[in-house]
Amino acid sequence: MAFWVLLFILSLLKFNFTVSVELTFELYDNAKDCFYEIIDKNTSTTLEYQVVTGGQYDVDVAIEDPRGNLLYQQYKSQFDSHTFMPEMSGVYAFCFSNEFSTISHKIVYMDLQVGDEKPLPIIGEHITVMTLIESSSQEIHRKLNVINDFQTHHRLREASSRKRAEDLNQTVFWWCFTETCVILVTMISQVLIVRNFFTDSRSFRSNVRH
Amino acid sequence: MQTHCIFAALIVISTFTYSYGLYFHIAETEKKCFIEEIPDETTVLVHYKVELFDVRTNGFMPSHPGVGMHVEVRDPEEKIILSRVYSAEGRISFTSHIPGEHVLCLYSNSSKWIGGTQLRIHFDIQVGDQAIDYAQVAQKEKLSELQLRIRQLLNQVDQIVKEQNYQRYREERFRATSESTNQRVFWWSVSQVLILVTMGFWQMKHLKSFFEAKKLV
Repeated sequence: MAFWVLLFILSLLKFNFTVSVELTFELYDNAKDCFYEIIDKNTSTTLEYQVVTGGQYDVDVAIEDPRGNLLYQQYKSQFDSHTFMPEMSGVYAFCFSNEFSTISHKIVYMDLQVGDEKPLPIIGEHITVMTLIESSSQEIHRKLNVINDFQTHHRLREASSRKRAEDLNQTVFWWCFTETCVILVTMISQVLIVRNFFTDSRSFRSNVRH
Repeated sequence: MQTHCIFAALIVISTFTYSYGLYFHIAETEKKCFIEEIPDETTVLVHYKVELFDVRTNGFMPSHPGVGMHVEVRDPEEKIILSRVYSAEGRISFTSHIPGEHVLCLYSNSSKWIGGTQLRIHFDIQVGDQAIDYAQVAQKEKLSELQLRIRQLLNQVDQIVKEQNYQRYREERFRATSESTNQRVFWWSVSQVLILVTMGFWQMKHLKSFFEAKKLV
């Protein structure tokens, strides 16, 4: 019986650990996308976001608590990270809005971390005091997580600069193309117009002579 | 005995229902896409569950069997690597073969006439070493806690190496684009000068011969 109760409690405990979710999504023009998550009281929550491409790389961000109060709001923000401690359990809303922009759609990256990282499943006996190797391996794990985080940010930065460079390349190409056309058209029409002036004045002059 | 059964049932439920973090709403015919920029040979694991808006209770109900989810995954070359209709709750995994942006789209298979009800989608996506279920690994390979931790470190380092490799690949592409822009700007300025000079010459020559023909000069 005690075994079952223990297992039951353990299975309930499992829900307190939530893995972080990283999403990259497209935010269309005039659109507002919200994500919701049920968060328990006093579970430290971190929202990180970055606009990868589109427009001026800005987005409106808001976090609402279960009662609809605004916990955090940013207008036309490019990237940020916000950590808060929920005061009540319930559904929290994380909204990204592009309502101010009518032409550009955007790609937004967000990382939502709720609570601590899920610990490794314990098998068999757990020794209460960690050995040196255990604690150092845990330290390595933590550091690797940091590396991962930095890599993600580097990747996003690189992605947004690369996209900008690709845009620039395209723009240069089309600009070259149109400017060539414009020069040719202007030059030919210039000559034709000048010719036209003299053709007119000649006929005018010959009229005077008669 | 009865309590045993209840507890057993609860445990079964709690181990089999996946604990979802996030959810969002979409209209029934809407399509929602997510982008994952990943190195090659990386596994992506997606969990989702669909709930339908119920007018009577004004809440969300588990959807009936008819409603399914169409899941589509495209690789960076726009090739479809996965396109299937799944049930209302599912677990999808795919492995990338070329590095780059993989686009994952979700849309329900319901036709419009059912009505524009809202769908609530519980969604979770895990990439690379996050997708590994260590409880399973430990059980299968009978690893101790320390061994499991080392395994996790190895997987993490592996993923970091892959990511670094991919970074080199992208840097190459970035550089290629920049060089191409540079080349274009250079050749454009050269050709622009040439065009201007030739056109100027042509203009003068043409007008001169024109005036001479008209006996204006």
